[in-house]
Amino acid sequence: MRKALLAVVAAALLLMPTVLFANGQSDEKVIKIGFNIPLTGDSPKVGEGTKFAAEIIKEQINGEGGLEVGGEKYMLDFIYVDNELKAESAVSAAYKLIEQDQVLAIVGPDTSSRAIPAGQVANDNRTPLISPWSTNPNTTLDRPFVFRACFLDPFQAPVAVKFADSEFGVEKAAIMYNLEDDYSKTLAGLFKDSWEAINGPGSVVAFESYGQKDQDFSVQLTKIAASDAELLYLPSFYNKVAMIVPQAKDLGWDKPVMGSDSWGSADLVKLSEGAVKGYYFTTHYAAAGAKGATKEFIDTYNAKYGYVPDDVGALSFDAVNIVLQAIQDAGLTGDLKADRVAIKDAMTAITSYPGITGNMTFTPEGDPIKDAVVVKVNDAGEFEFVANLQP
Amino acid sequence: MDNAITLVNKKHINLWPAVLGGGALIILGLVLGGVINQYIQTVLMFIGINIILSASLNIVNGYMGEFSCGHGGFMLVGAYTSSILSVLFFTKSPWLGAPLLPPSSAVFLFPLVIIGGGIVAAFAGLLVAIPSFKTRDDYLAIITIAANFIFVSLVNNLEFIGGSRGFMGMKTTIYAMEDVADLPFTLIWTMVFSTLSVFLIRRLMRSTFGKGISSIRHDEISAEIMGVNTNNMKIVAFMVSSGLAGIAGGLFAHVLGFINPSSFNIMKSTECLVMVYLGGMGSLSGSVLSAVVFTFLLEVMRPLQILKWVIIPLMLILLMQFRPEGLMGNRELTDIFPKLKPYFKRRDL
Repeated sequence: MRKALLAVVAAALLLMPTVLFANGQSDEKVIKIGFNIPLTGDSPKVGEGTKFAAEIIKEQINGEGGLEVGGEKYMLDFIYVDNELKAESAVSAAYKLIEQDQVLAIVGPDTSSRAIPAGQVANDNRTPLISPWSTNPNTTLDRPFVFRACFLDPFQAPVAVKFADSEFGVEKAAIMYNLEDDYSKTLAGLFKDSWEAINGPGSVVAFESYGQKDQDFSVQLTKIAASDAELLYLPSFYNKVAMIVPQAKDLGWDKPVMGSDSWGSADLVKLSEGAVKGYYFTTHYAAAGAKGATKEFIDTYNAKYGYVPDDVGALSFDAVNIVLQAIQDAGLTGDLKADRVAIKDAMTAITSYPGITGNMTFTPEGDPIKDAVVVKVNDAGEFEFVANLQP
Repeated sequence: MDNAITLVNKKHINLWPAVLGGGALIILGLVLGGVINQYIQTVLMFIGINIILSASLNIVNGYMGEFSCGHGGFMLVGAYTSSILSVLFFTKSPWLGAPLLPPSSAVFLFPLVIIGGGIVAAFAGLLVAIPSFKTRDDYLAIITIAANFIFVSLVNNLEFIGGSRGFMGMKTTIYAMEDVADLPFTLIWTMVFSTLSVFLIRRLMRSTFGKGISSIRHDEISAEIMGVNTNNMKIVAFMVSSGLAGIAGGLFAHVLGFINPSSFNIMKSTECLVMVYLGGMGSLSGSVLSAVVFTFLLEVMRPLQILKWVIIPLMLILLMQFRPEGLMGNRELTDIFPKLKPYFKRRDL
């Protein structure tokens, strides 16, 4: 028993380095793009959205014989690496893609806590990286090789304020946010600033927070319901929204609620049992009533995977296409290091890109300038397009 | 008898330093020669960090027989302390502006920054050490979990170090070091600190003092009757354990260049626990071995994606079913391979 166990352990130890060292054969006619995405962990749906969107592009292009770069056709090879939604794992994954798999460019990580450290690795190793969904300014700050396909946190809050001002014409707002979540906290702070800039100091009458694991929000909501707020801003993840909104209604809240892009999950209406119907949120794209290329993408995705893509899917679709566009613009020399730099330069040079989540141009920091979309949860539980807005 | 021992010692000198130093030099050579790329270096660094974590948790969970599951919290204290020190001293910081010391001095002072994180984490360990005087077992375990939550919530609410937004800028210190000499500094210091930690724990647990710590596991009351100051033992065990976790945290922060409180939540503590129980409670070589195996397995199985989380827990269940004492039980490598013994024998025994 002991000997057998030792033999197994020894064999495993000996085999491991060979697996680690194993290097994919490089075929000259292949374009390798890495994906650093959460396929396991707390939110595997996010990684799945990115992966499925990428698969749609890959199948389409490889079905046509490959991507044409400089008169030659290259097959696409997408390498999906799981980052488990952990920062250290995202760093290892980035190194694996850059060093081991020798990819030309990386798409992902989707969320900021992973995208900030992984972006550092990509920038240090001169490999272009585009995050579909990371909204934290630090992801791309001072990092010429790091890009993103979505707007920044500072952008959404003023849009929400502007929309609320014109749509409801109210003056007093309440804000409730997740203290332990960077995203929620940032948006809450920014909304407060922009709201007070328009409606004067003191116009945010309640500024309440809750913790990540909280289930009961009655203390905060009672305060909010008792205040003279005419609007509740709730920049929370959809699973929290689904708990907070019904509780607010029970406590007598009957005024409008506005949210942020983290509301945009297919599960929102189901989890909240319809309580969110009639409310608005700012996001990246609206699935209901989409037209043109956006509709085509949604239909393909829905037919293939059986559900309407979340915004992370749509943003990933744009992110991958931007990378492919940059590869076509830059051309390929076969020298990996030079190609990576050329792709980065080409991505910086893209002045205008007609994505399915709207037209975008890139600032020198690698951030896109694009419209935010305001959607309404309609009576059918769909996210209905209301307005395109710039702050 | 004395003669025999002298003879053995003459024949086989203590090989520990030679083996470790040689191994480290080989790895360094391979890195500089370009054989080991940065991905494998990162894996090696995480292995080093995990060795410190599992070996240090073993002091409390293995040798002392208590159940601490808040190791991630002490790692957090060390990570934040050394990151703040590092940013404050060697880079342009958000609080004081200019670096307090010339950035190039980081080459020499970097280990002090890491040790500083360890010292603060050691004192944070008092938060569980003092309740442990009167509390045992499950109740102490709850206190350790609470400690973990306290540290995470504390940082979440400290706006000046980023709160839940996380803290970054430590990489600049590493760049400053690499500007002075182009060496893989994080890898070198991770190897140095993990070796020193293992060495320190080995020396501690073999000393009379360490035997006192072990006596608490066997029977706390008898130990006290025999004249062991159990409160003292507990303070030392918890402080050394959490201090080393703090060192691991400092290294972790500098490898990543970005930390946020949720990286050190109860999941991280669970990971440490798994490594200790996988290796065997009270076996130092077991902790080291399991840290290596666990980190490697997680990395190698990455391409399996979701299946990884079926296979690894399944392996753990099978291991616990057929070998509940862990890979090594409470024995050391030298007990399984007695021939190795002379090479690892302490000369002053």
